[in-house]
Amino acid sequence: MSRPSDFPPPYAPSDYVAEPSDPEGEQIEVGILIVGAGPAGLACAIRLGQLLEEHPGVAERLGEVPVALVEKGKQPGSHLLSGAVVNPRSLRRLFRGRLRFEDIPSYGPVHGEAVYLLTKRAALRIPPPPPMRNHGNSIFSLSQLGRFLADRAEEGGTMILPETAAEKLLVSHGRVVGVRTGDKGRGREGEQLGNFEPGADLVASVTVLAEGTQGHLTGVALDRFGLAGEDPQVWELGVKEVWKVAKPLRHVVHTMGWPLRLGTKYREFGGSFVYPMGDDMLTIGMVVGLDYRDVELSVHDLLQELKTHPRIRKLLAGGERVAWGAKTIPSGGFHSLPSRLHAPGLLLCGDGAGMVNIARLKGVHYAIESGRLAAEAAFGALQPGATPATALASYDAAVRESFIWSDLYEVRNMRQVFGRGFLVGGALASAMTVSKGRIELGALQAEPDAEAPLLRSDQTSSYPAADGELTFDKLSSVFASGNKTRDDQPDHIRIQSRVPRDVAELWAHMCPAQVYEVGDDLGDGTVEVRTSPSNCVQCGAISAKGGRLTPPEGGSGPEYTLT
Amino acid sequence: MRIAVCVKHVPEGTVRIDPGSKRLDRSGEGALNHFDANAVEEALRLKGDSDTEVVVVSLGPDKAIDSLRKALAMGADRAVLVSDEAAAGSDLVATSRVLAAALEREDAELVLFGQQASDADGAVLWAAVAERLQLPVVSQAMELSLGDGSLRTRRQTEFGYDVIEAPLPAVVAVSDAINEPRYPSLKGIMGAKKKPQEVLTLSELGLDPSTTGEAGSRTSVIALGEPPARGDARKIEGDGSAAQAIVDFLAEKRLV
Amino acid sequence: MSSGSATLVFLEHRGAEIQKGSLGVLSRAAALGDPEVAAVLVGDAARALAHEAGAFGAAKVYVCEDEAVQQPLPQPRVDVLAQVVSDGGYDTVFFANSVLAADVAAGLAARLDAGLNWDLADVERRDGELVGKRPALGDSVYVDVGWTSRPRLALFRAGSFDAVAGAGGEPEVVEVSPSFAEHSRGSRIVEQQVEESSGPSVEDADIIVAGGRGLGAAENFTLAEELAKALGGAVGATRAVVDAGWYPYSSQIGQTGKTVSPKLYVALGISGAIQHKVGMQSSNVIVAINKDANAPIFEFSDLGVVGDVHEIVPRLTELIRERRG
Repeated sequence: MSRPSDFPPPYAPSDYVAEPSDPEGEQIEVGILIVGAGPAGLACAIRLGQLLEEHPGVAERLGEVPVALVEKGKQPGSHLLSGAVVNPRSLRRLFRGRLRFEDIPSYGPVHGEAVYLLTKRAALRIPPPPPMRNHGNSIFSLSQLGRFLADRAEEGGTMILPETAAEKLLVSHGRVVGVRTGDKGRGREGEQLGNFEPGADLVASVTVLAEGTQGHLTGVALDRFGLAGEDPQVWELGVKEVWKVAKPLRHVVHTMGWPLRLGTKYREFGGSFVYPMGDDMLTIGMVVGLDYRDVELSVHDLLQELKTHPRIRKLLAGGERVAWGAKTIPSGGFHSLPSRLHAPGLLLCGDGAGMVNIARLKGVHYAIESGRLAAEAAFGALQPGATPATALASYDAAVRESFIWSDLYEVRNMRQVFGRGFLVGGALASAMTVSKGRIELGALQAEPDAEAPLLRSDQTSSYPAADGELTFDKLSSVFASGNKTRDDQPDHIRIQSRVPRDVAELWAHMCPAQVYEVGDDLGDGTVEVRTSPSNCVQCGAISAKGGRLTPPEGGSGPEYTLT
Repeated sequence: MRIAVCVKHVPEGTVRIDPGSKRLDRSGEGALNHFDANAVEEALRLKGDSDTEVVVVSLGPDKAIDSLRKALAMGADRAVLVSDEAAAGSDLVATSRVLAAALEREDAELVLFGQQASDADGAVLWAAVAERLQLPVVSQAMELSLGDGSLRTRRQTEFGYDVIEAPLPAVVAVSDAINEPRYPSLKGIMGAKKKPQEVLTLSELGLDPSTTGEAGSRTSVIALGEPPARGDARKIEGDGSAAQAIVDFLAEKRLV
Repeated sequence: MSSGSATLVFLEHRGAEIQKGSLGVLSRAAALGDPEVAAVLVGDAARALAHEAGAFGAAKVYVCEDEAVQQPLPQPRVDVLAQVVSDGGYDTVFFANSVLAADVAAGLAARLDAGLNWDLADVERRDGELVGKRPALGDSVYVDVGWTSRPRLALFRAGSFDAVAGAGGEPEVVEVSPSFAEHSRGSRIVEQQVEESSGPSVEDADIIVAGGRGLGAAENFTLAEELAKALGGAVGATRAVVDAGWYPYSSQIGQTGKTVSPKLYVALGISGAIQHKVGMQSSNVIVAINKDANAPIFEFSDLGVVGDVHEIVPRLTELIRERRG
């Protein structure tokens, strides 16, 4: 059986590194450039605003635009998706003395929780394993939080530039000097259309990459500066929906087991979550590790199947789906973190750098704290007399001294352990948390997702047919994500277009947005892969399973508001 | 020379009608009505490199300033937003009154509109505004050029095209076929904030608030309902007689 | 009946024919039960058409053949209507939508400070009041709209009503000669180009035949083209086939293509995914042919045919040609 990694995409990170090429007068200069309007990038922007307010002298020296933030989505929040149950500590720290946590729009504190081990018809309640206890945490829509944080960042003086893709990393004399933004107005063959607008060189003293999961330039930087961690990164794919419901859900729910299969050979690591969003909405999602082996596994369809469980169906009765989305989560944890979080002129934050505690399904508060620390380091680098290299290195030191590091260290083998199947893994995982990470399992080598050898087991026969009320097909779900991507633009997805049938089918099932389709049989055991790139919601799954996602034209992709 | 462009900030994403007010829910995110982008683009093309001033004018809530900034980012020179709670819920009569007052203040040689609003609330506004301004109006313009004190335009009708000449000042509503709006450049986006932007209340325009908004409207929204049922949907097998069955069906509906 | 209303209908004509849409609105006005429905005919040879207006329900026809209204321009017509409304005390004016009529209606609304409800699919009397029915949000919702003052202006969607000849006799004909505002007289049509019948564009077509992946291959688009030609319609395409290079983007119908609302939409081999549906769901009549009995398109088509387009469409095209002679 084939493996996706045997068919690497026609992609080289070095293609996305360039020297500035615009004539000097044409280059756009800013003080500090942040890439990504997610929690990390926005926290960085907010903290910088605070620091610059306290030190007007520094602000002046940064020129007309001291802080700029580029975001590839339509607006901040359009590409943000998470559960999310968030640990408040980072937001409190970020806004200390300026805003109360209660003034940040959320769906309130967690009032209680339940964890179930599901079988096809039953739900066995189990006590929440320590990593899953959420007392003291609050429920947020990350997309809404993004919009709120963006407003605060703008108030603090950051210039946010939405619909702007950071396509290339500008490197000069071994130093990151900014990014080149993507072109707009190209046709499908790359030709310039009537309203073609070329990208621009956006140069800055410090560039902070906060691109989130599968960050495009983050990947490019890791390669260019040799920053890869001990273990290759691995990912989960989460697909979720938001529902208006008739009966309020009062507690946070996590499930394991059905419809995922517990046997080791399947490597189906994951589970589901159901979080209340106020009195009349809830969010339900399915998260599965992308190192699964079954060709026919479709996380979107597993979510649809999950909803048919009697317990879950009851939660949704009388309700209506109002949103859908998908995104990957980096889950390699501690051992997959980059060896360094900085390079000359560059800082790496948040999910892009892999700062996610998969055992607790938490990453937002690490992203915010890392953004805050990055702001302090970047600010330090701009002080008169500062040595930029030392200042940026102080970011690494600060992260290592923070709870980000200690938390991730504690659960460092969680994911690799679950590679051995749920039941074995569950016991080991509990052992790890209970011992606060002192049980040393060695750095269990993680295998990249794309190297998992494939198998088949007729999974699709268990997926429910879409009924348009409880269960939905992929295309109508893409519509529900608000995706209206312009069709007539170059294909942003890099894959080999002639692959064995298994690999093509793997991609077709894997992709929640129905981007890939098995095309013509080419007679030699391979098939052609057809793509509909404008369906893409940029979840990043393809990058984990043998292809590579690059950013399409700015403004493309989903327009999340409630996810 | 001055060209004024009337633009609207319309709801984005899934548009819903608020069952309470029975009007479009405008509480969420909004954007520049994409048909108005054609009008802004046309103004910018007519401006070219000259020192013609392009001013964008809008009636809307505070956040409509975002859409005006998008027009500034494309290259417009100045923005005027009339924002006043009393004007909320204005119908055609009330909206045209407010826009006409704002446009009078601008005294532009040419006033441009887009062909409709994506929220379907704004179609035919231009003819009402032109009447209030006592100016000639041409709609569905697919090509537009300016001469000495006059304009020449090719406009689409149901039967083909008319080429129309009219004296300036005039009001023109452009069709979306007239051009492909440009993407704002990064420089444009960054420079937009610095361009002059005015936010006016109704009284600053010299208008009595009671002549606008719901009070000043002459139409009302009564209720929301289901569309009439499509009628019985028929489904038939595609056997030998299917083609004839289709023809019979079309004949019944008087479509052939 | 409580407050009776006096209704005036704006009729458009071209050459020696009154537009069917206008006659439809006139029929509807007559059917609403007003004792005396009046009509307005403006332009070259208007007087000669008064008789036809009478046949379709107008008891009185105002005509104006002034030099100022010889060309089909909206603003002089506002002057005519304003005069008629004021002279005749009309409290309701109906229009059938057209490029011209829309501008006239809106101009008149501003002139008279009168409420205008447009894009109406119908109107009815409720408790003595006139209530308009307006489709919204891609025709997924109907909104009842009203007027808070008189006169009331209503602009109906094109083709909303059939023209029904009544028992009407000769109408009373009144000549109108208003003074024309200065701004009404500035515009001039210097050239008119009539569209050759190379087929209507997708946006304007009354009939559209659209092809999807079910057609099988790019060559099979000729099936759609032949049928469109036989029906006198335009050809549309789904995103999938445009992506595959079978047909140009200018014909794409759907969320990221064009939105159309023709009288007839024939969908060949189209599954009916929502991305496509939102671009054509307000079509009056939808006929779908698809091999897959479960295709979503069958949920919103008026006539669904589960079968093979390659077998059915050529025969259908032949029958249509025969019928049209």
